[in-house]
Amino acid sequence: MRPVMTEDDLARATRRIAHEIVERNHGLEDVLILGIPTRGKPFADRIAVALSEIEGRTIVAGSLDIGMYRDDLDTRPRTRIGPTEIPEPLDGKVVILADDVLFTGRTIRAALDALADIGRPAAVQLAVVVDRGHRQLPIRADYVGKNIPTAATEHVAVRFSEIDDEDGVWMMNGGDS
Amino acid sequence: MRHFLTTEGMDRTELEDLLDEADAFSEVLTRPIPKVPALRGKTVATMFFEPSTRTRMSFEKAAKALSADTMSFSPSTSSLSKGESLKDTALTVRAMGVDLMVVRHKETGAPWRLAEWLDIPIVNGGDGAHQHPTQALLDCLTIRQRFGSLDGLEIAIVGDIRHSRVARSDIFAMATLGASVTLVGPRTLLPIDPEAWPVTISHDLDAVLDRLDVVYLLRVQTERGGGSVFPSLPEYTERYGMTDRRFARLKSDAIVLHPGPMNRGVEISHDVADHERALILQQVTNGVAARMAVLFQLLGGDHDA
Amino acid sequence: MLDLIITGGEVLTEDGPAFTNVGVENGTVTAIGDNLGDAAVTIDADGAWVGPGFVDLHTHLREPGQEWKEDIGSGSAAAAAGGYTAIVAMPNTDPVIDSGHLARFVSDRGKQVGIVDVLPSGCLTMGRAGKTMAHIDELWEAGVRLFTDDGDAVGDASVLRLVMEYVAQYGGVVSQHAVDPSLSRAGHMHEGSVSSRLGMYGIPSEADDVVIARDLALARLTGVHYHVQHLSTAGGVALVAGAKAEGMPVTAEVTPHHLMFSHADVASTDSNFKMMPPLRSESDREALIAGLESGIIDAVATDHAPHAALEKEVPFEDAPNGVLGLEWAASVVTTMTGLGITEFFERMSIAPARILGRSDHGQHVAQGSDANLVVYRPDLEWTPTTSVSRSRNAPYFGRALTGAPVATVLRGVVTWERA
Repeated sequence: MRPVMTEDDLARATRRIAHEIVERNHGLEDVLILGIPTRGKPFADRIAVALSEIEGRTIVAGSLDIGMYRDDLDTRPRTRIGPTEIPEPLDGKVVILADDVLFTGRTIRAALDALADIGRPAAVQLAVVVDRGHRQLPIRADYVGKNIPTAATEHVAVRFSEIDDEDGVWMMNGGDS
Repeated sequence: MRHFLTTEGMDRTELEDLLDEADAFSEVLTRPIPKVPALRGKTVATMFFEPSTRTRMSFEKAAKALSADTMSFSPSTSSLSKGESLKDTALTVRAMGVDLMVVRHKETGAPWRLAEWLDIPIVNGGDGAHQHPTQALLDCLTIRQRFGSLDGLEIAIVGDIRHSRVARSDIFAMATLGASVTLVGPRTLLPIDPEAWPVTISHDLDAVLDRLDVVYLLRVQTERGGGSVFPSLPEYTERYGMTDRRFARLKSDAIVLHPGPMNRGVEISHDVADHERALILQQVTNGVAARMAVLFQLLGGDHDA
Repeated sequence: MLDLIITGGEVLTEDGPAFTNVGVENGTVTAIGDNLGDAAVTIDADGAWVGPGFVDLHTHLREPGQEWKEDIGSGSAAAAAGGYTAIVAMPNTDPVIDSGHLARFVSDRGKQVGIVDVLPSGCLTMGRAGKTMAHIDELWEAGVRLFTDDGDAVGDASVLRLVMEYVAQYGGVVSQHAVDPSLSRAGHMHEGSVSSRLGMYGIPSEADDVVIARDLALARLTGVHYHVQHLSTAGGVALVAGAKAEGMPVTAEVTPHHLMFSHADVASTDSNFKMMPPLRSESDREALIAGLESGIIDAVATDHAPHAALEKEVPFEDAPNGVLGLEWAASVVTTMTGLGITEFFERMSIAPARILGRSDHGQHVAQGSDANLVVYRPDLEWTPTTSVSRSRNAPYFGRALTGAPVATVLRGVVTWERA
């Protein structure tokens, strides 16, 4: 198991992404951040904290669980459902989805389906800590912490101290735990 | 978890996981499109050998909210009257391509027999006087939404516990989740050996009222009243009914629950039934979310993986 | 040359158990000792017990009238496979055995099949309706010695009293299915902590005890030999002990399933644990084992009750009462009790034959005794998986048992041998 982003790298990337969001959307009017549980949520919360510092007012991130929208339920033994908390109505807003790792793209497809059942955002953008390639669907991220090319058998683990023991990003081979 | 048959023996984590998921499904039910595609392509059959419109509709709504298809079977319109055995009926329905069966039957153990005979998940919608586990789930969900947790709560279940599958399911679920359960009723309506249960007993509702957080009223089965199991309905109401006078003595944040259908004026007064601290309709709404959580747990995954 | 020799067994002789050989000719034991010569058939008992073939006081053969469950042929096969050389057929068939010609039908059919002696029992009352006396004289002429309405207790005490007096004058045995109808009407299992959890109506132990107490009082009044069928309660054992202490001619039987199982086994609502009287508490079970070991309970009787799969594979309350027992009764006794060779044969063969007044079964192995024998290996570990009965309703499949019959002999002919 080897580190590919340290705690500081992660913090710097988060702050940079926050600035990019403000720049791209010309401010934060009608922008809503939603993290995809499990680790998309602490990422979304950290982006919200960074945005709050930039804008001088409190920005709160919500969450969007996609367990009920997965296309692979029949091949997983157990899918846990996490909370969905949408702080304001979605209609007409720019929704920024936040997740830890962008891989096949199927999680984001499920998130787009979930959003469509909840409301009609004006636009949807995507922020991820790591883009590791191997897309199976035409999905791309708007904001990326780090691009890390990987072999399909490798595993990328993002850790947030809100949930895990530490902060950072690690990579391991298929056989590693 | 392969089947959902009983709350007896479930551990605390299993119950809390189900309640957490039921909360998530509650949120789904508030959306403009209160439906998720999780069980698309699956078929849920409700096999209700005992009449029940409300529970059956609740299960069907739960299945549909998960995008599953539903089929319903009831004995009056069926071949059971032509002498077909329960086993043959179940196998026939299964052969039509059913992925899960919800069963209600007047005899204890019937869902366990189906679980032996069939290769699909079975949900117990009520067997005899034995268990009605989804009812316990929605009851605990309602209590948890109100109080945050069941730990340390004082709950009284009042009425005909001896013949109640709702009571049996609730007792074990509530005790496992940390509540203190008291059974209140005349001796002829309490279980035969209550010392073996995780409960305390009282024959005097007035004596326990002041400390209760939740009063759970069971329907008095009027077919039973009047002379054989207890003297008369008016005497029952006098001693065990949730009258306006008794309600006024409850703690200011105590709630009243009832599994329905209510006998207004017997176990619950007309005004209490409509009070905002009587959460009977919320129980019904939570019933759909609780049943969605059960269906999702049993069908939303590959259990051979 | 002898017809049959059984070598190397521990034989229950008139002087007690002895390791020796047994020789049989023309259906009789003709020699006991070493070096008996040759025989047409030899069974090497190799240390197993050799004693009188088992006698069952309580079997349901279902013929006439319910042959889809069992008939005299398949029931006899199950009996032989369980080490039995004589079985008493219960009279609650269709039609019921309340007249002489029907009793003769049963015994003739048994002789036709020819692998176990089928002894018919007769009803106490006509049609088992509990109102008028059955044709006791005819039945007695046809060989019936034990009278019961099995399946229902005779409710009217005055009717029972008169039947007891009539049977007493012959020296026959009156036997009762001692369960009170009003206390048991709604129940399907023992009333206790398990029925309470399951929300099922139960049958309290007192349902048995009130009938036994009443019947013992009437037996005292009439002097009849009264035999308590399928004891299931500690209270019942105590009542029988009290009657015996008074010197009354009272005997009692217990089933193998009541020795092995309790109401805890009913928690699964598997109908293979549903019978009448029901499986009761652990303390009742322990009292039954103690009663059998001490001799207060004279005999083991199977209450072998076949029911077809279509009848038993239903929700618990719908299922008929009863389970199979002939093939495993002896095994259950050696698994669950500490009975040695002498008491084992006393309970399984000698006492039942004595209760029926028969000298051709249940005899110590002696020169001149009828060669109705069983070779039984008390330490054989095995797990039953199937049955030769027509039905399959047994609680023993998949259960480890210690002890099994290895050969059964009826009048010198081997009727069954373990493969």
